[in-house]
Amino acid sequence: MESNLITEDKQKNKLEKAFEILKTMASRPSGLIGLAIVLFHVVLALISPYIAPYDYKAISPNTMLLAPSAEHWFGTDSLGRDVFTRTILGGRTALTVTFFGSLIALLWGGLLGIFCGLVGGKIDDVVMRVVDAFLSIPWILAMLLIVSLLGTSTEVLIPALGFFYGKGIVRVARAATHDVIAKDFIVSARARGHSNMSIIWNEIIPNVRDAILVEGAMRWSWMLLGFSSLSFLGFGVSPPTPDWGLMISNARGLMSFAYWSVIAPIVGLSSLIIGINLTADAFAKALGIDRSTKAPV
Amino acid sequence: MNEIIESVKNLSIGFNSQKGKQISILRNVSTNIKKGETVGIVGESGSGKSTLALAMMGYIKQGLFPLKGKCLFKSEDLLKMSSRQLEKIRGRKIAMIPQNAGQALTPNLKIGYQIDEALKLHTDLNKKERDKKISELLNKVRLPSPETMAFRYPHELSGGQQQRVAVAMALAGKPDLLLLDEPTTGLDVTTQAHVLELLRFIAKDTGTSMIYVSHDLGAIAQVSDRIVVMYAGEIVLEGPARKILKEPIHPYTYGLLKSIPKLSLAGLPASMPGSQPQPGSINEGCSFYDRCNLATDHCKKNSPDLEYIKELDTNVRCFNHKELINQNNNLQTSITKKSNNSEAIEVLKLKDVSISYAKQKFFDQLLNKISDQNPTVKDINIDIKKGETIALVGESGSGKSTILKSIAGLLKTKDGQIKFEKDRILSSDLKKRNPNDLRAIQLIFQNPDESLNPNHTVEQILSQPLKLYFNLSGDELKKNIIDLLKKVRLGEFYMSRYPRQLSGGEKQRVAVARAFAAKPDIILCDEVTSALDVSVQAAVLNLLQQLKEDLGTTYVFVSHDLAVVRAISDRVAVLYQGRLCEIGPSQNVYKFPSHPYTEVLLGAVLEPDPDIKPKLVAEDIVEEKPPEKGCSFQGRCPRKIGDICNSEVPPWQIGENGNAIRCHINIDELASLQQ
Repeated sequence: MESNLITEDKQKNKLEKAFEILKTMASRPSGLIGLAIVLFHVVLALISPYIAPYDYKAISPNTMLLAPSAEHWFGTDSLGRDVFTRTILGGRTALTVTFFGSLIALLWGGLLGIFCGLVGGKIDDVVMRVVDAFLSIPWILAMLLIVSLLGTSTEVLIPALGFFYGKGIVRVARAATHDVIAKDFIVSARARGHSNMSIIWNEIIPNVRDAILVEGAMRWSWMLLGFSSLSFLGFGVSPPTPDWGLMISNARGLMSFAYWSVIAPIVGLSSLIIGINLTADAFAKALGIDRSTKAPV
Repeated sequence: MNEIIESVKNLSIGFNSQKGKQISILRNVSTNIKKGETVGIVGESGSGKSTLALAMMGYIKQGLFPLKGKCLFKSEDLLKMSSRQLEKIRGRKIAMIPQNAGQALTPNLKIGYQIDEALKLHTDLNKKERDKKISELLNKVRLPSPETMAFRYPHELSGGQQQRVAVAMALAGKPDLLLLDEPTTGLDVTTQAHVLELLRFIAKDTGTSMIYVSHDLGAIAQVSDRIVVMYAGEIVLEGPARKILKEPIHPYTYGLLKSIPKLSLAGLPASMPGSQPQPGSINEGCSFYDRCNLATDHCKKNSPDLEYIKELDTNVRCFNHKELINQNNNLQTSITKKSNNSEAIEVLKLKDVSISYAKQKFFDQLLNKISDQNPTVKDINIDIKKGETIALVGESGSGKSTILKSIAGLLKTKDGQIKFEKDRILSSDLKKRNPNDLRAIQLIFQNPDESLNPNHTVEQILSQPLKLYFNLSGDELKKNIIDLLKKVRLGEFYMSRYPRQLSGGEKQRVAVARAFAAKPDIILCDEVTSALDVSVQAAVLNLLQQLKEDLGTTYVFVSHDLAVVRAISDRVAVLYQGRLCEIGPSQNVYKFPSHPYTEVLLGAVLEPDPDIKPKLVAEDIVEEKPPEKGCSFQGRCPRKIGDICNSEVPPWQIGENGNAIRCHINIDELASLQQ
């Protein structure tokens, strides 16, 4: 009974902690704006299928390239599809793919980085050189190769993006581990005879978790841009699924006279990226990793 | 002579808490600095001594602001000056010597250039005159061959030399007031004694007033004319150095002096209960009320004012100071240790142990050996008996921590064996040791901030060894943790706390509890008290001794502090450059005859007594590497007899009182030399 109470207490503490961090993030205007933008996009992605006024794939020759009006808020595109509908739906795939992609990147990049930082020596040397080698390959070319071999389904895109964006996290996790590894509590755990796994899990992860999470959040926004670039090049989402990158790509030739069909997806994409960036910054500050502001003492 | 240079009047400095409350960390501080006088400001960490010293040069740390009061330098208020006006005073009139000169000097500029910069800024001399002045200054701080010194980079100097350069730079502007913030804290004992001697000389020679801030009453006693004792942001006692140190009439100062281990006394120093209150936590009454054994109900409600005692020329902030005078307490007492009736069972044996930090060459790596003719640690033979406390003493670089790491299995030995219990050889590789041997040897580290995982609660910290060695879980684990906390005098409620919520002493107690959780036979203590305040240090030493008496644990205690070692250890081994110089029962090592190096170390110990001056018998040069042949101490030995010291390793000689000394000089002769 008593031990139950303690675990409950702890869980509550964790929730409280998360809430506390959110509160600190929102206490700065930039953090509040970032959080609001991200929240808006996430909510929009969840409810957009139910609120979209038109069918996103309904082609109609009668409504080609209409300017914004009361009926079509953001106008229509070259195939007569409603731009507003396609814009609010266009973030769904991007958000899903990049969110899970970032999780994969975090997991493999973080764990590999921590492991390399801990064991050091030859294993570390070899792994890091391999990672460096991958860093030197232009990722977009490699992605094109993968996509053309395996197709553009989300099952391919998520792990592929996760893999390519995890390399940078390896470095960050390894550096963060190096900071911790020299501390006496690690030496103490080693001297007690704990296994490497136990040291990673108990001693290192709690101390590097924050740095890696912030890095992951930053990678998320980069991955979003990367994914949209792929769509722009025609290797991301396949038509007629609405996607911002694809929409920009399709409408860019008509920019001089039907600017609305290209502005709406650009605003969608860039606002989300800015929102994620601001949130990641605020997150880093709330966790005390980014100390660019002066210490309170 | 009695001209007042700087006077602080009713100064309070504070900050705004997150809840918008005004919290003061200095409260109503008033003091005067006279011309040519050295004032020591002493207090434990958090007492506000550095804040006061910095305010005296018109500097207030970010986030803090003066609440009231003035800092008058020659009748001008420093706290009201613009930064332009301050620039004219700082460096020229008031100069500062920082704690860590190694960090205060620019690493990529030559020493001479840096001093030249200070001269350019603070004087109107031309290039030629400045060059002359540089070598004059370097001469004054007694750096060897000042001309070549000017062309060196900071990293080419030792810590003591860097500190001397900082002194030279501070003197460049011929200041009226010199501010020293813990200037010798990071230095070795012998170096510290030399730097203090230099400062004393400079004070006398130039007539500069000095403010010397330190937590170390021993250092303060050596330099100060007057002492100011701070506690919780207040001055609690102020007066002539001799009176303060010999007849402290404030219970805090009295307790502080009692808690310092002394060379002349065997046994543990008395500790003070409790810890300093946090800023803002005292609303009424005396700030020392909780820890004071003279406290009455009157003290709880009313806060005492500074009261001037004419016959002692001392200001004291205590209602009951007369009782302390009447008690006529003796400072020269200590808690006697229970002598351990060691059954002379050997528990650990180091046999011909050598350790090398040299990198293996490729070939040697294949053959799995280290080819280093001159290893960092060489020929260590120590037998450690069950239940004894053996101390390894030496300055930095003496290899004491290296030996400790090897015993713990964290560092491979080059040669020799470490035997545990009945001649069972312990592998020098941690991974090859069996779990029971790992359990039997535990480590306690110097700095509990680093040795406790900041993201674990005390419960998680203590459960690590219990889970690992005894597979405990659930209620049994919890019961064990509570027992452990009780053993180190901490309550059950500490379980859910994080290290950052604990004071320094409490953290070290948790670290001690973690070591004892494994039910170890041997505990390796690596400078366990040197990061702690003196009153806390005494408490931790007492705790360690108590636990040892209860549980029969063996300690291997590494320290640079000879007085602390004297207090806790049964046997002492003195190390220089990774070689043993002397080993024996602690009461004998502290008596002559002793190894010349022990003599040097003992001479450099600073006691909180103005009458005991350190005896400086050897230069404080730093040797980077042990000599290839001969005696390890040949480079600095004040009693060197000739070529034999350079060519032959000295033999062991056993003195009549049982300590073994490794020296070429006959032990009886050594005894008569050291009389």
